[in-house]
Amino acid sequence: MITVKDLHKSFGDLEVLKGINADVKEKEVVCVIGPSGSGKSTFLRCLNLLEDITSGHVYINGEDLSDPNTNINKLRAEVGMVFQHFNLFPHKTVLENITLAPMKVKGLSKSEADDIGLALLAKVGLSEKANDYPESLSGGQKQRVAIARALAMNPKVMLFDEPTSALDPELVGEVLQVMKDLAEEGMTMIVVTHEMGFAREMGDRVIFMDEGAIQEEGDPNQIFSNPQNPRTQSFLSKIL
Amino acid sequence: MIDAILESPYINSLPVLFEGLKLTVLITFSGLFLGFILGAIVGIGRLSKKKLVRSISIVYIEVVRGTPILVQVLFIYYGLTEDLIGLSINSLTAAIIAITINAAAYIAEIVRGAVYSIEKGQGEAGRSLGLTENDTMRYIIWPQAFKRMIPPLGNQFVISLKDTSLFSVIAVGELLYMGKQYYNVTYEIFETLLMVSILYLLITIPTSVYLRRLERKLDV
Repeated sequence: MITVKDLHKSFGDLEVLKGINADVKEKEVVCVIGPSGSGKSTFLRCLNLLEDITSGHVYINGEDLSDPNTNINKLRAEVGMVFQHFNLFPHKTVLENITLAPMKVKGLSKSEADDIGLALLAKVGLSEKANDYPESLSGGQKQRVAIARALAMNPKVMLFDEPTSALDPELVGEVLQVMKDLAEEGMTMIVVTHEMGFAREMGDRVIFMDEGAIQEEGDPNQIFSNPQNPRTQSFLSKIL
Repeated sequence: MIDAILESPYINSLPVLFEGLKLTVLITFSGLFLGFILGAIVGIGRLSKKKLVRSISIVYIEVVRGTPILVQVLFIYYGLTEDLIGLSINSLTAAIIAITINAAAYIAEIVRGAVYSIEKGQGEAGRSLGLTENDTMRYIIWPQAFKRMIPPLGNQFVISLKDTSLFSVIAVGELLYMGKQYYNVTYEIFETLLMVSILYLLITIPTSVYLRRLERKLDV
């Protein structure tokens, strides 16, 4: 479903991604772990072109992101993204946050979009917040709305960029629960995370990145209990 | 007593000065309205990824901000229209054009600053949902940025309002011009200019007070 070939990304002289190769299959949950500055967020952001690609290729359902003829907006609509800092629209209600893209991108009517939005809010357990503004929500609630907003476009894959890193510890669980439900429904997910418990439990595969490259990848149990690469060993020994 | 007040040089000047005030307000509002449209275009152009568009916007802003508005209005009224295209426009039109062009340069910077101040994540969220750049600007960035533009726009209103007094040089019948006409006949210079000043303050002070309140309310 997603194929990454020799992906390089530089900011000026600084090379952040030094040739990434990866494959993500449909319904797979891939967790990307690694120290900060390892390039894992940049990698994720290249998958929907929030960062443009310096060289290499990213194919999503066979369409090449680096091909200038590719309709990027259409592709982005199929790739949901959840951000560390939620990035909800503060001037719109919770429901409006969710219905904006279905109406403007897919051309749905307000009532069609509202139906989708209310169903998704029920799914993330926030039906009663539909008409509230984001500022009145807790961090965990904001992130659940952000997930619902991304799901409203009916994406084929969901990207999570450290979705629980900005949350108070007691609010992490509710967001992880929503993500678990999603994974169990068969959503294809790529999750950049520091939640090793989630990676271990829900990940079909774990990718360990450091210094702009994939250092090791494999089954979560193998990575966590028997890491091969010394960098992985050192990283895991620091955080576990 | 009543007669004395009614006959006072202060009160007597008012009917004439009010005529000028009307024009002052007309020039300011129409100039700011058009200036906002032009300023928004230039301000967004200033943020464009296209270098040419950006450069044109920068040149516009720098040229207009770097020259006195008095020069600009003389240029528009005499230089440009009469000398260059041989077409004369009336002084009111020239005044409105001058305020428009001048305010647009400052408003462009207000727009740029406000748009730039919106968190990067907002645009990223919009684009990640598949919205086009234009829709992201229109539905996500602009409404938030506009809120932040209101206080500096109010400030610009006060500045532009005072700038209109310079247009007495091209004989636009605005407030100061009417005042001058009046005291040239009556020789009541002090009284007339005092009333002129009060009339300006009658608009600028409430505007400032209202703006400060609005700023607190909008929390920007």
